[in-house]
Amino acid sequence: MALEARGVSFRYDKKQDWILKDRSLKVERGEVLALFAPSGYGKTTLAMLLAGYLRPAEGEILVDGERLPKKGVCPVQLIFQHPEEAINPRWKLRRVLEESGTLQEDVLKAFGIESAWLERYPRELSGGELQRFCVARALQSGAKYLICDEISTMLDVITQAQIWNVMLAEAKKKNMGLIAITHNHHLAQRLATRTVDLRRDF
Amino acid sequence: MSKRMIKERNLAHGGWNHRKKLLILTCATAFLFLVIYVIGSLISDGAVTGSFLNAKLPPSTSHPYGTDALGRDLFLRTLKGLSVSITVGILASLISAVIAVLVGIAAATGSKRLDAFIGWVIDLVMGVPHTVLIILISFALGRGMKGMLAGIAATHWCSLARLIRAEVLQLRSRPYVAVSRKLGKSGSWILIHHLLPHLFPQFLVGLILMFPHAILHEASISFLGFGLPPEQPAIGIILSESMRYLSTGMWWPAVLPGMTLVLIVLLIDKLGECARKLLDPYTAQA
Repeated sequence: MALEARGVSFRYDKKQDWILKDRSLKVERGEVLALFAPSGYGKTTLAMLLAGYLRPAEGEILVDGERLPKKGVCPVQLIFQHPEEAINPRWKLRRVLEESGTLQEDVLKAFGIESAWLERYPRELSGGELQRFCVARALQSGAKYLICDEISTMLDVITQAQIWNVMLAEAKKKNMGLIAITHNHHLAQRLATRTVDLRRDF
Repeated sequence: MSKRMIKERNLAHGGWNHRKKLLILTCATAFLFLVIYVIGSLISDGAVTGSFLNAKLPPSTSHPYGTDALGRDLFLRTLKGLSVSITVGILASLISAVIAVLVGIAAATGSKRLDAFIGWVIDLVMGVPHTVLIILISFALGRGMKGMLAGIAATHWCSLARLIRAEVLQLRSRPYVAVSRKLGKSGSWILIHHLLPHLFPQFLVGLILMFPHAILHEASISFLGFGLPPEQPAIGIILSESMRYLSTGMWWPAVLPGMTLVLIVLLIDKLGECARKLLDPYTAQA
């Protein structure tokens, strides 16, 4: 039971250099893996590959031993760095959440999402508030693995702590595998059961 | 900003903010336009049949636009003609705008080859002068209302189609569309719920701004004799008839209906501009 990248390579164009070359990574259910590397090491590309937003040129992505499904709800959900880009600006937030299934009151409560926010438009909420919606949306979809691509980089420390606490609790409850991509070593030490540095460990 | 400050700022603008004023202007323009259309279409055929007793009368209080060589009241004929022109304009630009949306979406979401083909067709249609193409199509379909509608509709979709294509391409690369796909939503679901609501303002504004073009083309094609039949009271027909009497000093059949046409076109252009300011996200907040 693991999410696995096996010998994955990727480049956007055949004329260009490889962004990732023959890389492998594995995260078990119930594990929290912190991934870090300086800018330009392909962290986000790897996240996009693992969640099926991009297809590897070589190698394969396996979820519990099977290839990522092309259609239907993806068992691997990616949470983006900028929540305001990941939410349709014309939708009220209730609709944003309902896109991934019926609302789960306990999840909303845990994230401190107030019921009044559900009737607002995205531009009426702050970045931290929106990011809670993105995380809640991903959790609601019933995903088995979550990939968090620097989701708390632009948030204040209190909001960071709140979001991560809820996230870890939910991941534990549902036995999910988590990959946290971050620049922050302290955060990685607090969160992760294992850390991978793209510079050394590949 | 405190409530008091907002109140003071509003008072400085006479209690109206820019958006409110714009909204009222838009409604007023639309209302005026509607009134002209309704009055025009309510005028019976009997009211525009004239008698030779009052032929060639210059403008007066009983005939504000004068009468033509057959003694028909030109003011009523112009209003009736305008309502015909407006019908043609609305239908033609509506068909055109729908074609533009369909073609634009097809180009943006289809294969590269389809995109290239559509781009080529757009270049082709835009490369031929509009008037010539409308005359050709209208003539081939037997002139009249049908030929003219087909001609105008077939030539006016190009630039809006390009706009819609670019918009769809941009929207499809947004993360929330990608997320939606990963949440198991189908392509058609995403099209209806994520893309179309964003395209609607473009569609509406494109439609309104296309309208003056359509009306002017209708008038010019009818004027040249390739459009509506001569017994129909259309602006183009009135103008083309007036040419015969212009040299004898009868200026009113040409000048007054012509001015009215220009005014209507300006009115609709203003309406389109207001709608764009209200709906376009880049100016709507200003």
